[in-house]
Amino acid sequence: MKLNISFAGILIFTLLTVSVVSAEMRILCASTTSTQNSGLLDYILPIFEKKTGIKVDVVAVGTGAAIEVGKRGDADLVLVHAKEQEMKAVEEGFFVNRHEVMYNDFILIGPPDDPAAIKGTKSAADAFRKVAESARPFVSRGDKSGTHTKELAIWKKAGIEPNGQPWYLEVGQGMEKTQRIANEKRAYTLTDRGTWLATKDKDRPEMSVVLEGDPVLFNQYGVMAVNPEKHNHVKYKEAMQFIDWLISKEGQQAVGSFKDKNGNQLFTPNAK
Amino acid sequence: MDSLIEGFRKALILIAGLDPELLGIIFLSLKVSGLALVISTFAGLPAGALIGFKKFPGRGFIISLFNTFMGLPPVVVGLFVYLFLSRSGPLGFLGLLYTPSAMVIAQIILALPIITALSHAAIIKIDPIVKQAAFTLGATPLQASIAVVKEARYGIMSAVIAGFGRVMAEVGAILIVGGNIANYTRVMTTTIALETDKGNFELALALGIILLIISFAINIGLYFIQKRGLLQTGN
Repeated sequence: MKLNISFAGILIFTLLTVSVVSAEMRILCASTTSTQNSGLLDYILPIFEKKTGIKVDVVAVGTGAAIEVGKRGDADLVLVHAKEQEMKAVEEGFFVNRHEVMYNDFILIGPPDDPAAIKGTKSAADAFRKVAESARPFVSRGDKSGTHTKELAIWKKAGIEPNGQPWYLEVGQGMEKTQRIANEKRAYTLTDRGTWLATKDKDRPEMSVVLEGDPVLFNQYGVMAVNPEKHNHVKYKEAMQFIDWLISKEGQQAVGSFKDKNGNQLFTPNAK
Repeated sequence: MDSLIEGFRKALILIAGLDPELLGIIFLSLKVSGLALVISTFAGLPAGALIGFKKFPGRGFIISLFNTFMGLPPVVVGLFVYLFLSRSGPLGFLGLLYTPSAMVIAQIILALPIITALSHAAIIKIDPIVKQAAFTLGATPLQASIAVVKEARYGIMSAVIAGFGRVMAEVGAILIVGGNIANYTRVMTTTIALETDKGNFELALALGIILLIISFAINIGLYFIQKRGLLQTGN
């Protein structure tokens, strides 16, 4: 057993030395797959890093998971898109200094021949009702992400309980995979315009936009810092430096000037 | 079919171009999995030997436990390590979550049972006559045990190879505890998962091919070490 004790010592020593990286300042931002997979963060973070020398590491998960990671104190700030969940977490005291950063919008996509006859519908709730009535397959993220939260809110507004319906497919995957599954199943799905624009030329899905423009489909992104009073180890000062930059004129310009491969602007800055 | 061909073509281009980011990812994969493997071997081999040599109450229970843990789902290990290392968890003060160290810890948990159980199996297969002969020649119990372990090294090497396969191929656990942070905790398998998510199938496939080539090269190396060992003992 003596061997095992000295071994444990070596183990701890090794792990601690491995964990020491360079002295550069880095903060951790828990964010969503939509901001990472679209390429937005790869575009704006180097600009901030160059200016301040602060490196922003990103863990990209769903909005629900990102907020949870922040609540547990495992990130310094979060950049997500589910306003109600964000406000609730701020009220509970887990986060401070929430700011709106930018928006894009959600769209309903489906097979081009539109078997549920949604095209022409103005309201998202009506469109969802038509999907339910036609019993055409609908693919749901089913992962507590911002998109999923929005989808559930629309079902609620439409007065429909989709859970347990044979046409309702919860896949528990990211947005792009969900779109691909919807394409394979010739189903409808709610997606964000950024992901749709970024992928439709690459994946060449046989799908088209069947509904857009309803104000309920507005997709607001917010940023907030983990409350240092809850978790005193967080790098609050640096996190706030990033947040202040993101909502500054310069940061907002960076967000607005980000374009995907095809030259589409994916996010519209709207910090107040 | 086009995607498959394109994947192979991209793999060749990536390898030929020695892309620095790719090299960083490969290097981190080898560092994390290599370190996990070395630590698991140094812990698992003595543990396997101990279980093999000593008769103690609950031994059958422990063997079954290790055998069960050989099939631990990586995602469960990842979640378990996440909750332990989280700032709100018992080891949060170490600040290890979302670091390469966290990935090493998760992979040790995955590889250790395999190396322990398989080295144990290799050791008990060795004829008891080896141990008796060692004692007859005046060996101490420790020396006799070392003689048996030496005889079992072919099987032990297989245990290490199996452990290596487990950690190099693993994605579920390190994705959760490492966070797949660019240039920091992003390794081969998590890059493949990310690029698949992004729809870059050819790039993902190219990385998969490179991962297989690396694993193959390492396994060839291990095979020759094993073979040389056999020749020396005249087996």
